[in-house]
Amino acid sequence: MQNPKSLETLVGLFVVIGIGALFFLGLNVSNLASYSDTDGYTITARFENSGGLKVRSPVSVAGVRIGRVTAIDFDNTSYESVVQMKIGAQYNTLPDDSSASIFTAGLLGEQYIGLQTGASEDYLTHNSELELTQSAIVLEEIIGQFLFSEKEN
Amino acid sequence: MITFLSTIGHSVIATLTKTGRGALFLKQTLSYTFSVLCQPRLISKQLFSVGVLTILIITISGLFVGMVLGLQGYYILSDFGAEETLGVMIAASLVRELGPVVSALLFAGRAGSSLTAEIGLMKATEQLSGMEMMAVDPIQRIVCPRFLAGCLSMPLLAAIFSMVGILGGQLVGVSLLGVDEGAFWSQMQSSIDFYDDILNGVIKSVVFGFVVTWISLFEGYDAIPTSEGVSRATTRTVVYSSFAILGMDFILTALMFGDI
Amino acid sequence: MEENNTQNSSLVTIRNLSFAREQRVIFDNASLDIQHGKITAIMGPSGSGKTTLLKLIGGQLSPSQGSIVVDGQHINQLNRSELYALRKKMGMLFQSGALLTDINVFDNVAYPIREHTALPESIIRTLVLMKLQAVGLRGARLLYPNELSGGMARRVALARAIALDPMMVMYDEPFTGQDPISMGVLVKLIKTLNDSVGLTSIIVSHDVEETAAIADYIYIMSSGKIIGQGTPQELQQSKSEWVQQFMNGKPDGPVKFHYSSDNYFDDL
Ligand SMILES: Nc1ncnc2c1ncn2[C@@H]1O[C@H](COP(=O)(O)OP(=O)(O)OP(=O)(O)O)[C@@H](O)[C@H]1O
Ligand SMILES: [Mg+2]
Repeated sequence: MQNPKSLETLVGLFVVIGIGALFFLGLNVSNLASYSDTDGYTITARFENSGGLKVRSPVSVAGVRIGRVTAIDFDNTSYESVVQMKIGAQYNTLPDDSSASIFTAGLLGEQYIGLQTGASEDYLTHNSELELTQSAIVLEEIIGQFLFSEKEN
Repeated sequence: MITFLSTIGHSVIATLTKTGRGALFLKQTLSYTFSVLCQPRLISKQLFSVGVLTILIITISGLFVGMVLGLQGYYILSDFGAEETLGVMIAASLVRELGPVVSALLFAGRAGSSLTAEIGLMKATEQLSGMEMMAVDPIQRIVCPRFLAGCLSMPLLAAIFSMVGILGGQLVGVSLLGVDEGAFWSQMQSSIDFYDDILNGVIKSVVFGFVVTWISLFEGYDAIPTSEGVSRATTRTVVYSSFAILGMDFILTALMFGDI
Repeated sequence: MEENNTQNSSLVTIRNLSFAREQRVIFDNASLDIQHGKITAIMGPSGSGKTTLLKLIGGQLSPSQGSIVVDGQHINQLNRSELYALRKKMGMLFQSGALLTDINVFDNVAYPIREHTALPESIIRTLVLMKLQAVGLRGARLLYPNELSGGMARRVALARAIALDPMMVMYDEPFTGQDPISMGVLVKLIKTLNDSVGLTSIIVSHDVEETAAIADYIYIMSSGKIIGQGTPQELQQSKSEWVQQFMNGKPDGPVKFHYSSDNYFDDL
């Protein structure tokens, strides 16, 4: 039998390594770090089609991630997709005439919202709505249109 | 024909009875949880034999599994020009499936079988009866600390397995095959969700740890107290644990990730 | 009425006990009393159920019929904590020793003391060394059970059984595997313990001479029944063939040496 002191040390080491591994998974492997932006403000945008956008998809401006999607709902009257996103509190100088588009990262990558900044003097605040939106590009539609126009020619 | 039917009937009844005994055994074990938690010394001793001694096999296996994932993933993804998503692929398969499942299978083989053999031999050599006659409940003294140690160790071991696996995948993918390191990690971080992936993986491993430790301890406690009986019980532990792990994995995956 | 009278002087009262394992009947309507402060011996052929009887008294098995009253309590009607409280007052020496194999001799003897008392370690040490000294194994205190011989293991188990100074000790074959010297010491030890602290002892043994020398009362059992009882003197002079056969170790007689079986020649 081991002496009890060194046994306890090893057990302690085991627990520390195990918990360390959990932290590693949480902080280095997953998006837990991006959950930490708890303070921020919510804005909404309406899309004709939000494609493969999901809750927690990134929201970025000029390639920099500034927030994430918090909810996607369907509007029963206008038949549009209503996307809510939370923007980090430090990004509080976005013009209120900015527009939102849904892009795809790479050919097969995930979809995200890209904001194009406008020129207004007023800034987006809590519960602002983005007026200008461009829907997700749905690959099947583009292919369909392409085939259709070929045929016409 | 009649004998055939009666054989089936007997084995069904025997299985039911054994399940019942197992459930009562679990209930008794759980009833001591609190009192055993108040004596951390009892648990730490078991954490050593259940957890620490399993680390080596977990680390080595995790490293190789991760390296293989890196290699295979690279070959498949490079066909689509999507090598950058290698990190996502490795991390998702490890964190969601391979980490909890493979480490639980290894745990059953390494720690589970030795728990069964230990308890079974204690029974065979009348040590358990001896404790009872000394007014010490062996479920409280022997079984419950091992049970808690198993439940605690399993998620830690699975996390270590996943971590080592991801590092092994990075070693192969980034250092050997030249996938861009930044893309490897950033794609991984944006695609792996803390709640959906990591936490669900941890929940899986807690469930597996619970089930495997329960099976191991019960098989030992219920073993026929002879050398043959104990050796059979040890085999059963590994077989039943493996079935339980894979079966539960399907159910848990369907509940967590699927929309079935 | 009669039961009340006997209960005053007897620590264990067994009435009409029946017990069967699978199909095999081990006890069939047996009754016996263990007197307070006395040494009662239980003798009988191998496989006649002596160990089973001790386990029944300790509450590890429950009879199919009949009652077992220990210290005024019906042992198989107690709940868990009452049963354990009662067991703290009983010591049992297992036939196999049943030492815990992952701790050494010292810790084995200290085990029940540590479990049930909050004594400081220095007092525990004194107590344990006293018990080990009594069985002649003080020098072996750092050995592990797998380093002990069969006879030594049994003596350690004996030390453990008396560690808590119980009111009653059940010795399952304490003399088996002992050399004549340690046998003599153990016989004396059991006798001294009994007389000096008023212990009640139950001895299961095959060693007729040694047992007869210290026992106050002897029960002889066979085929699930008590076939003879009395003080050693009474039994020596008993007219019963059964008792005579057993006390003198004759192979032939009413007590069967063989486990019940078919005719030998038919089997061959
Ligand atoms: N676990 C068990 N399962 C089934 N039968 C058993 C079991 N233990 C003992 N028996 C049976 O019970 C009977 C009595 O056993 P027990 O151990 O009480 O005998 P014993 O009188 O102590 O014998 P010995 O002097 O050899 O120790 C035996 O015939 C044995 O076959
Ligand atoms: Mg016996």
